[in-house]
Amino acid sequence: MKLALFADIHSNLEALQACLAHARSQGAERFAFLGDLVGYGADPAAVLDLIQTCAAEGAVVVLGNHDAAALGNLSETINDHARMAIEWTRTQLSPRHVEFLSGLPLIVHEANMTFVHASAAAPDKWIYVSDPLRAAYSLEATQASYVLSGHVHEQTLYYTGAGGRPISFVPTPGVPIPVGRHRRWLVIAGSAGQPRDGNPAACYAMLDNAHATLTYHRVPYRHIVAADKVRAAGLPERLALRLEHGD
Amino acid sequence: MVALPNPGDELDGFRIEERLYVGGMAVIYRVSSSAAEFPLVMKIPRLGFGEPGTSVIGYETEEMVLRSLSGPHVPRLVARGDIERHPYLVMEYISGRHLSDWLDHGPVGAEEVARLGVALATAVHALHRQDVIHLDLTPGNVLFRPTGEAVLVDFGLARHGHYPDLMAEEFVRPAGTAAYISPEQLFGVRCDPRSDVFAIGVILYELATGQLPYGSPRGAKALRRRLYRDPTPPRAIVPAIPQWLQEIILRCLEVDARARYSSAAQVAFDLSHPDQVNIGERGRRLRRDGRWKVFRRWWRAAGYEPAPCPEVSSQLSSAPIVLVAVAVEYTDELLAQAMRDAVRRTLASERDSRVVLATVISPVSFSGERTEEDTAANRRISGRVQLRHWAQPLRLPSDRVFCHVLESSDPADALVEYARLNHVDQIIIGASYPGLPLFGMPGATSDRVVSAAPCSVLVVRPTEKG
Repeated sequence: MKLALFADIHSNLEALQACLAHARSQGAERFAFLGDLVGYGADPAAVLDLIQTCAAEGAVVVLGNHDAAALGNLSETINDHARMAIEWTRTQLSPRHVEFLSGLPLIVHEANMTFVHASAAAPDKWIYVSDPLRAAYSLEATQASYVLSGHVHEQTLYYTGAGGRPISFVPTPGVPIPVGRHRRWLVIAGSAGQPRDGNPAACYAMLDNAHATLTYHRVPYRHIVAADKVRAAGLPERLALRLEHGD
Repeated sequence: MVALPNPGDELDGFRIEERLYVGGMAVIYRVSSSAAEFPLVMKIPRLGFGEPGTSVIGYETEEMVLRSLSGPHVPRLVARGDIERHPYLVMEYISGRHLSDWLDHGPVGAEEVARLGVALATAVHALHRQDVIHLDLTPGNVLFRPTGEAVLVDFGLARHGHYPDLMAEEFVRPAGTAAYISPEQLFGVRCDPRSDVFAIGVILYELATGQLPYGSPRGAKALRRRLYRDPTPPRAIVPAIPQWLQEIILRCLEVDARARYSSAAQVAFDLSHPDQVNIGERGRRLRRDGRWKVFRRWWRAAGYEPAPCPEVSSQLSSAPIVLVAVAVEYTDELLAQAMRDAVRRTLASERDSRVVLATVISPVSFSGERTEEDTAANRRISGRVQLRHWAQPLRLPSDRVFCHVLESSDPADALVEYARLNHVDQIIIGASYPGLPLFGMPGATSDRVVSAAPCSVLVVRPTEKG
């Protein structure tokens, strides 16, 4: 079964729609949303409507730090621009959206997979899994072959060698990587709604559990439209520029 | 522990026949299957108590890499077992000889070394083009199909440029075969395709001289000697070895990867065109460097830093072989200028490129007379003189430009065939346009080259004025 992994969508409707369409064209049979559905972008309500529809069809959805912040749990990891965006986001959400976000789990274990926004070692601490040591902690907290997460916006794959230490690997988009189930893998899908590696194209990843392969994708989308909407909403200019330049 | 099967056993539909090979990492059996279209072998890793822990990683690596590879230079992978139950790989049985068979009877003649070397380098280039570096090339890992193509086997230490490297960090100590391992591999570098070029150099040296350039050292200190102690020049061992072959071998064996050939295709090219090899001091020397020089290199080796790793396929694309098709009998200066501009632009962006200028002459003389000036040999020489003259305004260093006169009554066919045999990455050819003989004729040379070429073709036409 092909499972499409979307992380850090950040209220970017154009990016989400483009990723969903790409994933369907690649034969995705199921979706997982790895947190930070909202924040930064201009379309929180439409994005949540879309994800709620997917959830009703069986998609996995977990909570991210921006989602928690939108519910009122502002953590220290959130910067000023993010805080302004969160305050604006709250004004856009209906009680139905709030109810949906409030019901989201921090972590989901299913078969040989663990879904979590940040580190499986402490899902509510919003730790950035940005090096092999933190990847090791996250992997140690679960038995799953695949730990599927976001929070860090750059696409990365951590794998354990026979020595047990994780090694970080930067994937090439579009290349199916063999990810044997007998090994342990920590997948950072990359940000769909706010890429930061200098390339404005949206990120997502596809796990093919039957063939044990993982493919990272980059999807171009109408990022200028998304940036203009950020400006029109009166959100900080920096957030619009980020979408335009992908940095 | 996974028990090894016995002849007569059956595993996932494969009947185990005789045991062909028992090694430290794996056991190989001949197997049969009713569905098989060609002879098969099964390779089973030695896993479990008392077996080397590296063999499982080697098995996984080989499986990953073989799955990704295609073409005549690797065995076809037919089936693989579940790593947790029965790890095995079933692949095509290669019936030909091992390269090591040639080593049984002392030094091999230069022509034969070149023939074997071209086949080997062609296979290695095919691997590099698929983003894989072998990293353990030895005469035992190279076989020849009855058709003459080299087949590379044993990918347990290989590296795929787009896959996680399972070997990384597993081997703080260098992994590879002591006699053939490159200097950078001693430092754990596993991402440079030029490491395979080094191993090709060791194999060519061994074929040509019957000796190993660095022996078979044991231990880290002995292995490091190749960083500062140059091998005995092949011609000092076998005086009959021509300078061009020594030049090629010693260039492959340069300590700094950047001083070696940039690609295996360039090695194949030089081995198949000995008359075009630019022979320098490397090709002429007859003794090893003196003590003082070696001492200085030993001193510097303490601070040896491997060359930065290029990406496998991007390394190749920055080292292309560019074929420029020049019709020397038509002197169209506008077109020639436009083509030289195109060559300049290509060279400016590709730092390690080679330019091959080729022209095609008819095998029979136009006049039909066989005067002394008109023999085929003379027309070849004259063609080369004209090609050199054509390229002169480019002011290229002589080790980057090669001239070839091809003989054929069908220029398009000759160019395409040449490009295929020499791993050409791009062809630059003049368009047919008003003013050229044969303009507008169906099947003009450039059109036919475009449709049949094994690579990109740049068709050059002077910009219209006005």
